[in-house]
Amino acid sequence: MSAFLTVNNLSAALHGYDQRVLRSVSFSIDTGEVLGLVGESGAGKSMIGKAILGILPSAISIIEGEILLDGQDLQKLKPADRRRMIGATAALIPQDPLTALNPSRRIEPQITNRLVDILGWSKADARVRALELLNEVHIDNPERVMGSYPHELSGGMRQRVLIASAFAANPKLVIADEPTTALDVTVQKQILRLIRELQERHSTAMVFVTHDLGVVSKVCQRLSVLYGGKIVENSSVPDFFAGPKHAYSRALLAATPKYTDPDASLLPVDEAVIEAVAAEVLASDKEWRHGG
Amino acid sequence: MKLLRAILLRLATMSVTLIGAAVVVFFVIRVVPGNPIAMMLPPGASEEDIARLTAHYGLDKTIFEQFWIWLTGVFHGDFGTSISLRQPVMPLVLSRLPATLELAIFALVIAVMIGGAMALTGVRHRETRTETAIDVANGVGLSIPDFLWALILIVLFGVLMPVFHISGRISPSLDLPFVTQFYVFESIARLRFDLWWDLLKHMFMPALALAIPLAAIISQLLKQSLKETMHLDYVTLSRTKGYSENHVILSEALPNAVLPTLTLIGVQFTFLIGGTVIIERLFSYEGLGNMAIDAVINRDLPLIQGIVIVFALLFTIINLVVDMTYALLNPRLRHA
Repeated sequence: MSAFLTVNNLSAALHGYDQRVLRSVSFSIDTGEVLGLVGESGAGKSMIGKAILGILPSAISIIEGEILLDGQDLQKLKPADRRRMIGATAALIPQDPLTALNPSRRIEPQITNRLVDILGWSKADARVRALELLNEVHIDNPERVMGSYPHELSGGMRQRVLIASAFAANPKLVIADEPTTALDVTVQKQILRLIRELQERHSTAMVFVTHDLGVVSKVCQRLSVLYGGKIVENSSVPDFFAGPKHAYSRALLAATPKYTDPDASLLPVDEAVIEAVAAEVLASDKEWRHGG
Repeated sequence: MKLLRAILLRLATMSVTLIGAAVVVFFVIRVVPGNPIAMMLPPGASEEDIARLTAHYGLDKTIFEQFWIWLTGVFHGDFGTSISLRQPVMPLVLSRLPATLELAIFALVIAVMIGGAMALTGVRHRETRTETAIDVANGVGLSIPDFLWALILIVLFGVLMPVFHISGRISPSLDLPFVTQFYVFESIARLRFDLWWDLLKHMFMPALALAIPLAAIISQLLKQSLKETMHLDYVTLSRTKGYSENHVILSEALPNAVLPTLTLIGVQFTFLIGGTVIIERLFSYEGLGNMAIDAVINRDLPLIQGIVIVFALLFTIINLVVDMTYALLNPRLRHA
């Protein structure tokens, strides 16, 4: 069976620089599967999601590789077609719910606009769907929320709205970009459960970007560990937690806080491990230059 | 209840502003040298004549007595009599005000259209040569003051390529059916587009001269705030929904980015009205600004006071309108 999303040998670079920010990244996800992208800040995990959705910052562009969405190579489509295809099949759950809603618009159009403008639904149908979705994300009085402005809702409520908006058009692929990082701990758990619930119900393929291995163990089936824009380990979640193969992964896992021994686990990742993995990344660059 | 209180508070601050303006202008124009009586009498007039006229206009009293007489008059709707034109001040001022308002509003419309179009083009083609060209144009627009633009425009479109009229408000040969002084609005209401066109040909250059610096300011600020808005998460999110760049700019970014520009337009529009004084003079446009210069030259104290009060009232109204529009466009303020 072919995967729903396949990323092949994807490299991206800053304009005018030799240095790559994504280094020959490859992975694939089946329908209904959740892949965790894990790494420290700056490892390029969010960048991969942005590359797939076509929202890379203007200074960064894809220099090689392919992104196959439902068998269609996105790089080969005309920009307008690519935009429409992504809008119709994929969705983003953003990191910070406080900034991801348009402050001057009511909630309703922010959930329904994709359905009406891109997919051609009638306003009435879209409204019914939006109410249904707000129920699905356990919002008590959806009618009132639909007529509210973002500033009238709490952070957790806004993230629920954004999740509802992401699942509005029955996307086949959802990219969750650290969706719980900006929320406080008590809300984080509910939101995670909610994302998992909707993902299972709609059997959506999902890329879950996070720096939290604890979250990965709860949400994902497989994970990829990133360092410096390069995947250093691909593994299934049970295998990974049983014993990561790569030294960097081991160090990362060891650095995850544990209830049993909180002090020991707050130590930084060993410098020797960092040097080794950095050297590995640079070596792969050399290889890439000679190969290309 | 809350709204009523806000309105009352606003009216109170407006009247304080107006009284302040009245006091300042009343005393300042009496302290500076020069006096209206000397302007009225021929050289060599007798001491007796001078004394008689001075007493006639009440200028022999102390400044405080004069102020009290003027102020009680104002509260009865009497702003005094113009010394040089020998007519009641308020009807004179009100007959000229519409011409200035029309000019200022036309200039504002031009400035918003040019500035808005430049800002949107600049953002649509950001980080390209087009944006650089727009930045250069903004710099030029800003660094040349309106009265100099007026001269440049006169040379270009009045002398080298005479397509627009360089003086007056309307061609004197035309029969005017107007009952109000709002010629532009009335010509549209009467469907007299021939008159409307003639008015526009007269207004275009002074309005453009006033508009160019404002357009540059609008363009610069709006472009900057649009560019900042384009990086915000909700704009990025709307891109992933499949919207085109144009749609993202116009319907996601613009409604939020326009807010700071709106405040600025309010402030700058009052400057623009101040600019009409010189621009109307340059184009012999029969508005309030032109009248103000005559009044100052003739030391026509009551007329100067009347004009300043009307300008001050205009400024406070503009500020009020801006604040109201701002509250209307920004949902975060609406419930506050």
